[in-house]
Amino acid sequence: MNAEPAVARDISATGQVAGPVPRVELSDTAAALLTELTKVHGPLMFHQSGGCCDGSSPMCFPDGEFLTGPADVRLADLDAHLPQPISFWMSASQFEYWEHTHLTVDVVPGRGSGFSVESPTGQRFLIRSRLFTDEESERLISVTRGG
Amino acid sequence: MTVYVPPGQPGSVVSYEPRYDNWIGGERVAPVRGQYFENVTPVTGQPFTEIARSTAEDVELALDAAHQAAPTWGKTSVGERAVVLNKIADRIEQHAERIAVAESWDNGKPVRETIGADIPLMVDHFRYFAGAIRAQEGSLSQIDEDTVAYHYHEPLGVVGQIIPWNFPLLMATWKLAPALAAGNAVVLKPAEQTPASIMLLMDIIGDLLPPGVLNVVNGFGVEAGKPLASSNRVRKIAFTGETTTGRLIMQYATANLIPVTLELGGKSPNLFFADVAAERDAFYDKALEGFTMFAFNQGEVCTCPSRALIQSSIYSEFLGDAIGRTEAIRQGNPLDTTTMVGAQASNDQLEKILSYIDIGKAEGAKVLTGGHRAEMSGDLAGGYYMQPTIFEGDNSMRVFQEEIFGPVVAVTSFDDTDDALKIANDTLYGLGAGVWSRDGSRAYQVGRGIEAGRVWTNCYHAYPAHAAFGGYKQSGIGRENHRMMLDHYQQTKNLLVSYSPNAVGFF
Repeated sequence: MNAEPAVARDISATGQVAGPVPRVELSDTAAALLTELTKVHGPLMFHQSGGCCDGSSPMCFPDGEFLTGPADVRLADLDAHLPQPISFWMSASQFEYWEHTHLTVDVVPGRGSGFSVESPTGQRFLIRSRLFTDEESERLISVTRGG
Repeated sequence: MTVYVPPGQPGSVVSYEPRYDNWIGGERVAPVRGQYFENVTPVTGQPFTEIARSTAEDVELALDAAHQAAPTWGKTSVGERAVVLNKIADRIEQHAERIAVAESWDNGKPVRETIGADIPLMVDHFRYFAGAIRAQEGSLSQIDEDTVAYHYHEPLGVVGQIIPWNFPLLMATWKLAPALAAGNAVVLKPAEQTPASIMLLMDIIGDLLPPGVLNVVNGFGVEAGKPLASSNRVRKIAFTGETTTGRLIMQYATANLIPVTLELGGKSPNLFFADVAAERDAFYDKALEGFTMFAFNQGEVCTCPSRALIQSSIYSEFLGDAIGRTEAIRQGNPLDTTTMVGAQASNDQLEKILSYIDIGKAEGAKVLTGGHRAEMSGDLAGGYYMQPTIFEGDNSMRVFQEEIFGPVVAVTSFDDTDDALKIANDTLYGLGAGVWSRDGSRAYQVGRGIEAGRVWTNCYHAYPAHAAFGGYKQSGIGRENHRMMLDHYQQTKNLLVSYSPNAVGFF
C-alpha cells in the first residue's frame, strides 16, 4: 500500500528561488500539535476528507491506520521536525478539483471530527487554501499515486 | 412569538443535568476510566454539562449488555415491538417542547425547526416503523410440487450506529427506529459535538425498552467510535458523516466481514428552469423559498441545496429576488421562535465555513450577500453565527465542489436542459437535488437524469418517513427511511423444504 516517497520535504522547500513548490504546508501551531500527538500515537498521516458533517477537513491518523491505494494521491510529506515526515493524502477524484490550490494545515479550537486523533485535545485541524500563482504552478511538486 | 428561557435557568421548560454518564443495560453507567468532557452550547459558546469520555472498555460493556438483550428482543413478536415503538413515539410527543428546546441548545439550530420538524419527524419515524414491521411479510416460493422455499426476516443481532451532529436526535431516530423494529439490539455513539440531547431523551424513553436493547456510549471518535466501528461483536455498522471516516469504517467492516450503510453528504444542485418565472404567483414564491432552503439548519444538512443552477433567461431577475429573500432571513437567538437561522454547531465548523469564504473569493467567486461571521450581542456574542451567503461563480470552483456545511450557496447559470444536467452531475457526490419547473414532463426527465438518490421536484428539504433517502456516487451506500430500510437491519433465512417422501436418486 505504500507509495514512492514524495520529492522533497516540503517546508524546507519554501522560499527557495527556483526550487520545487510544495502543495501542502503546516502552520507553526499545527506542527506543534503534531509533535504532541506523535508522543501519544506514534508516527502520523493525514487524509483529506470530503462530504458532510466534518467533511472538507484533514483527518489525522496513526500512520498506516487508513489504507491508501490507487484511488488516492499523496500530496506531501510534511516536516514537523519529527523523526518521520507526515504524509498528506487525498482521494484522486477530489484532487482533480483541488490541484490548483495551495493548502496549509492549521489548527483552531474545536470539538471532534471523525476518528481524527486530535479531537480529545479541544483542537481541530483545518485547511486554509490559496491559489497557486502561474509561476508557482510550473514548479509544483508532483503528487504520487498510492499503490 | 416566544423566546424560550435557556435550559437550566429559572422558568425554562427543560434542564440539563450537570453531568451525564453512559446509558448501558437500561441504566446510567459511569465511564470506566472516570473521565468526562465539557459540552458547549453553540448558542453562547459556554459549557453547560459534562459528558462521559468513554473508551474501548465502555464500548465492551455496552456490547455485553446488547448481546445479553439481543436474543430475547429478536424473538419478541412484531406486535410487541411495534407497541414499544409506538410508546416511544407517544412519550416523545408528550415531551416534545422540552426535547425541542434541549436540542436547540445542544446543536444551535432554531427552535422553530426542532418544534416544527426534528421532533415531529422523530415521532413519525417511530410510528412508521412500528407499522412497517407489522406489515412486513416473508415469502414463499413453490420450487416444484413438493418443494417450497420459505423466506423469513431475522434480525442481525447487535448493531453499531454512529450518529452525526447536524440533527442529533432525528438522525439517531432514522437509524434506531428500523433497527429496533427489526429486532436488533443497538450500541449507539452520538457525535461528540452534540452528545447531550440524546441523554436527555434516554431519561425520557429509557424505561420503555428492555435493558440492553439500546445502549448509548458517548465520547470522542478516536476513543469510543473507533472501538465500536472496528469491533468484531457487531453484525453491522451504520454511519453518517464524511468520506474519509466512511472509508475507514468500511475498512474496519472489511476486516470483520460485516455490512455497512454509509451516508456521506453531497453537493446538491437546485435547478430553476425559466418557466418558474412565467408568473409572479404562489409557485414563484415557493421557488424562491426553495432557493433559500440552503440556509435551512444553518446549511448543516447533507442535502443542503448548496449549488443553485438558474436558467440564463431568468438568471438576473430570479437571482435578484432570491437575494432579497435571503436577506429577509431572520438570524439570531435559536430559542426565539421567529429565528430562522441560528448558530453553527461548533467553532471549528464556523472556522471551516470562513475558510471557504476565503478560497471562494480567491478563486474569483463573487459574494452577492453575506460572506462574514454574524456578530451577535449579549450572551450570544460568544456563539458561532454565520451570515447566509450567496456566491456567484463557476461550477469548477471549490465552493461549487465541496460541502461547506454552512449557510452558503454557490450560484451559476445554465442554458438548456443538457447544460443543466451536465453541471448538476459534475460533482463527486449524488445525495440530493432539486428541480423547479411548471412543466411536469421536463421536471420528470431532468429528475431522472440527475445522478442523485433523492430529487425533490418542486419542493425541497422534506423528509417523510416513507421516502427512501440515500446517495449515488461518493455520497454513500445503502438507504435510510422507507420500509426498505428494514432490509439493512435483517438477515434472510431461507428454509428449503421437501415434502416428497422419495429419494432424489443420486446415491
